[in-house]
Amino acid sequence: MVLITRKIEFSASHLYHNPAFSPEENRRVFGKCNNPHGHGHNYTLEVTVAGEPDPVTGMVLDLKELKEILEREVMQRMDHRFLNYEVAELKGKIPTCENIARVIWDLLDPKIKQGRLHRVRLHESSDLFADCYRNGAAC
Amino acid sequence: MAVKIELGRRYRFAASHRLHTEKLSEEENARVFGKCANPYGHGHNYVLEISVSGDVDPATGMITNLAELDPFVEREVIEVFDHHSLNEDVAAFRDVVPTTENLCIEIYNRLKGFPHAKLERVRVQETTNNSFEYDGNQKGNRS
Repeated sequence: MVLITRKIEFSASHLYHNPAFSPEENRRVFGKCNNPHGHGHNYTLEVTVAGEPDPVTGMVLDLKELKEILEREVMQRMDHRFLNYEVAELKGKIPTCENIARVIWDLLDPKIKQGRLHRVRLHESSDLFADCYRNGAAC
Repeated sequence: MAVKIELGRRYRFAASHRLHTEKLSEEENARVFGKCANPYGHGHNYVLEISVSGDVDPATGMITNLAELDPFVEREVIEVFDHHSLNEDVAAFRDVVPTTENLCIEIYNRLKGFPHAKLERVRVQETTNNSFEYDGNQKGNRS
């Protein structure tokens, strides 16, 4: 098995707020991330696909195709958007790194036909990221 | 379909060390450890990357709140190692060579008790060219 990773970057804004919490509780749990008008990040997404290289092309998958999937599913949906208000899949969820990575996993997994989605790593900053794996798969 | 989610967090500390053991002669130390055995030690800017797993709390969207993770790592690791000599200032390295392999194991052991999520692994980058990982697997551990 070979792993192939494609990286993209997108910029988006978000805020953390749970309407079930009091203002004080929101502030305590989410800190600055609860500021009402939101803030933004340059997100870096690394998508890793696992598979066997095709004996004819030598490729696990056609990177052009993966690039198009990422453009359609992630860039058009999230780049330069306010994640809380403009991304339907995040409605009702706190747009943390964990939740965004999971949404991206669920968007990409059914679309990747050559090879198998192995890992989604979403960096909110160079020091914070979330990883999604298929449960049971080796990290 | 079950998906496993991990949170990764990176921290930095600067420390000095010397790779040297009294179990070997001076010639053997020099041969095995090279420049790293120089008597007064040397330092690195270490980058520590940790991964934790757990259920994502629907109320917060989080596996663990960084407000809990960061102070824990700060107290257990950063305060202990940052701007210190690993050999002289950290009890665990009095008789154990402070290679980054052993540093990974020490950091893992210091962090595995984090009460709010499961520690999956630690990765320590000694330089941009060297990194080491430990996930608690005892096989091949130091004796």
